[in-house]
Amino acid sequence: MGASHEDHHHTPDPHGRALRLGIGGPVGSGKTALTAALCRALGQSLRLAVVTNDIYTTEDADFLRRAGVLDPERIAAVQTGCCPHTAIRDDIAANLDAVETLEERFGPLDLVIVESGGDNLTATFSRGLADRQIFVLDVSGGDKVPRKGGPGVTTADLLVINKTDLAPMVGADLTVMSRDAAAVREGRPVLFTSVRQEPEAHAVAEWVTGVVEAWAHEHRHAHPHAHAHAHAHAHAHDADSPESSAHDTGSPEPGHGRDRTPV
Amino acid sequence: MTARAVLATAPGPGGRTVLATMSSAPPITLRRTGPGQVYLVSTAAGPLGGDDLALDIDVAPGTVLDVRSVASTLVLPGPGPGSAPEESSMTVTARVGAGASLRFAPEPTVLAAGCLHRMTVRLELAPDARVFWREEIVFGRYGEASGRCRSRFDAVAGGLPLLRQEFTVGDPAIDASPAVYGDARCVGSTLIAGPPGAAAGHPQTPRTGGGRTSDSLSAGGRRTREAILGDGWAALPLAGPGILVSALALDAAELRRRLERGETEALSL
Amino acid sequence: MSAPSLNAALLLLADSRLPAGGHGHSGGAEAAIAAGTVRDLPTLAAFLRGRLATSGLVSACLAAAACALSAPAAGSGTASAPAGDDAGERGMPSPAARGRAAAGVAGGLLGGWTELDAEADARTASPAQREASRVQGRLLLRTARRIWPSPVLDGLAEAVPEGAHHPIALGAAAGAAGCAPEEAALAAAYTSVTGPATAAVRLLGLDPVAVHRLLADLAPDLERTASTATAAVTPGLEQTVSTVIAPGLERAATAPSAHTADSPPPSPAPTASAWAELPAHSAPALDLLAERHLRAGLRLFVS
Repeated sequence: MGASHEDHHHTPDPHGRALRLGIGGPVGSGKTALTAALCRALGQSLRLAVVTNDIYTTEDADFLRRAGVLDPERIAAVQTGCCPHTAIRDDIAANLDAVETLEERFGPLDLVIVESGGDNLTATFSRGLADRQIFVLDVSGGDKVPRKGGPGVTTADLLVINKTDLAPMVGADLTVMSRDAAAVREGRPVLFTSVRQEPEAHAVAEWVTGVVEAWAHEHRHAHPHAHAHAHAHAHAHDADSPESSAHDTGSPEPGHGRDRTPV
Repeated sequence: MTARAVLATAPGPGGRTVLATMSSAPPITLRRTGPGQVYLVSTAAGPLGGDDLALDIDVAPGTVLDVRSVASTLVLPGPGPGSAPEESSMTVTARVGAGASLRFAPEPTVLAAGCLHRMTVRLELAPDARVFWREEIVFGRYGEASGRCRSRFDAVAGGLPLLRQEFTVGDPAIDASPAVYGDARCVGSTLIAGPPGAAAGHPQTPRTGGGRTSDSLSAGGRRTREAILGDGWAALPLAGPGILVSALALDAAELRRRLERGETEALSL
Repeated sequence: MSAPSLNAALLLLADSRLPAGGHGHSGGAEAAIAAGTVRDLPTLAAFLRGRLATSGLVSACLAAAACALSAPAAGSGTASAPAGDDAGERGMPSPAARGRAAAGVAGGLLGGWTELDAEADARTASPAQREASRVQGRLLLRTARRIWPSPVLDGLAEAVPEGAHHPIALGAAAGAAGCAPEEAALAAAYTSVTGPATAAVRLLGLDPVAVHRLLADLAPDLERTASTATAAVTPGLEQTVSTVIAPGLERAATAPSAHTADSPPPSPAPTASAWAELPAHSAPALDLLAERHLRAGLRLFVS
């Protein structure tokens, strides 16, 4: 318990720690469902932990715990005092504390997912908290949302458009959404999915795997274990272009990431 | 009036406790009512403004003492009408030696309108001493505005601070605050301190049942004991070896019921 | 005196935008609102006044004590020159001298931190409140160590690894930022009411201007609280300098690298704590509210 133990509090040193992935998006777009899907898809190959930022107490954390996708102890809940965007952007102290507590207790980890509380289109993660971020929209919010943009839509490392199965019912044109998103995102990837129909969200999981692999590659010199990385290599992802799995066809890509390497 | 009463125990034959010193000082009169049991009997009105009263208690290692009172203490303003209110004070100092046990549970202190009172408790516990210490303050007689009072309680166990708390009564803007006493007219607390399982050594055998020991893992990974919460009372595990039962109530009878409920739960922790 | 009488760092420390997790705490206001005892401006005003007079005052005292302990000005004197005399004054030495003094005094302080933290524990009967205070303290110290790097803050993190109580972290941060104890006390008193006030604005939809008017009305009380706290701290500071810090400095002088993970902080002095006499005003309703909040099914704030 010396001073050196606390040193990582001093600088947000990326070396030797897990990738921190923020998942944000409006209320009801499916952030928690996507988080659960990623836990299902990646829980065997990556060492995972999750921080939820519930609006109300621990509802999202409890949902994840009940879903049984991850050891309940690896899910921490942060209360945000009515201001979910504050907790991921302006004052990230509580989230950082939760992330580091999980890393101390269960580390070394490969990936810590920080799921934001449902917010609006302007809510993005501070780079001091999330190394990469996914913004989740759903088609029932209207097919004009991508065109309207906003920092979440335009700057997230990955834009996920969820609930494609509802598109016919709500009259959303996925082609329009895809085109508009591409226009505002300057080449950053967009993925369409329906977590309800595809509970492991394979395309998204594959993107995350690529990002985690790239992160571990970049910062591995303080990350001595080689665990789980062989798996990611099997996908032959270029670490620098995780968007290789992205597409803009307007239809959900069939899952193809099923060859998970057992741990 | 200045008075200092002294009470001290000593180990007697056969492991019994004898009262080595029992020195009354009117208005504080001490009466032995059983082995290791003493009643405080007030033999005059008050304390009144200007009174400076003290009670020193020394519970020798390995002995047991139980202190009670016959009636509540009514604190009254000084006799001089019109003059600036004079403060009355009551100071209780208690040392509880190794393996000793003290129960101190007098009847409530009632702050009559216009009084200006200071209550001080200094409690010094050996590391394995046990104590059950109840304190009840009633804000004025029925239908009466409260007098003013400052109460300070300091308990040190094994040289480390266990509990320090002050109650200030008599500033209506503070008393009625929903953060302080709210609409309550009485405040009470009971400190139950000692090594784990302290309940067994208390002079009053607690009722059993209702115990709910629960641990929670804090963010820092430490196991902390959780409080038990009731209607108007809580049994609060302290950072040190002890539990504080804290209660608020509209009247003295309700306060006592709440404290006793919390004490029962605390003793079962 | 000619030294500056105000320190702008105080504004940063007291600002609710300081990224130290404060926005997630309502200081009992959410539970009071749920219980119906805070429901409008008058009840909020009474809540804030009572909170300031009790836990606000205690926090201010602990913050002033921590600031006095940590301020390099207090530690830069030698062991033979107790710092109590200028506890309430500024007179900051040069940054280099501050650095040397801070590094030297950090080792001597470990026992002082442990002792002060135990005093905060003894004044916080509710486990929910202790936990909330330590979480906030840990987050504040994490933030402060990046903003105002100082061996004194490192030493506090080392002495209380589970997270120092919030007012202590606040006072230490204030000291590291060059504030005087009275400024630290003012910041502690201020944050003891602004947190609940902001929470009430959000939860009750109160007019934010009207709520700020309440806070403005409390300004004289905040100042009084800060000066009461500063005065209360002075005797304890003198004692802790002579019984804890001076021996610590001597140890540090004889063994320059004594301040390492291998040398555990000295245990608190067996005699009465230097801070025993600090105010200990208790707020039973806040204790009950804090515990009730922890058990509420629906809550937006940590505390």
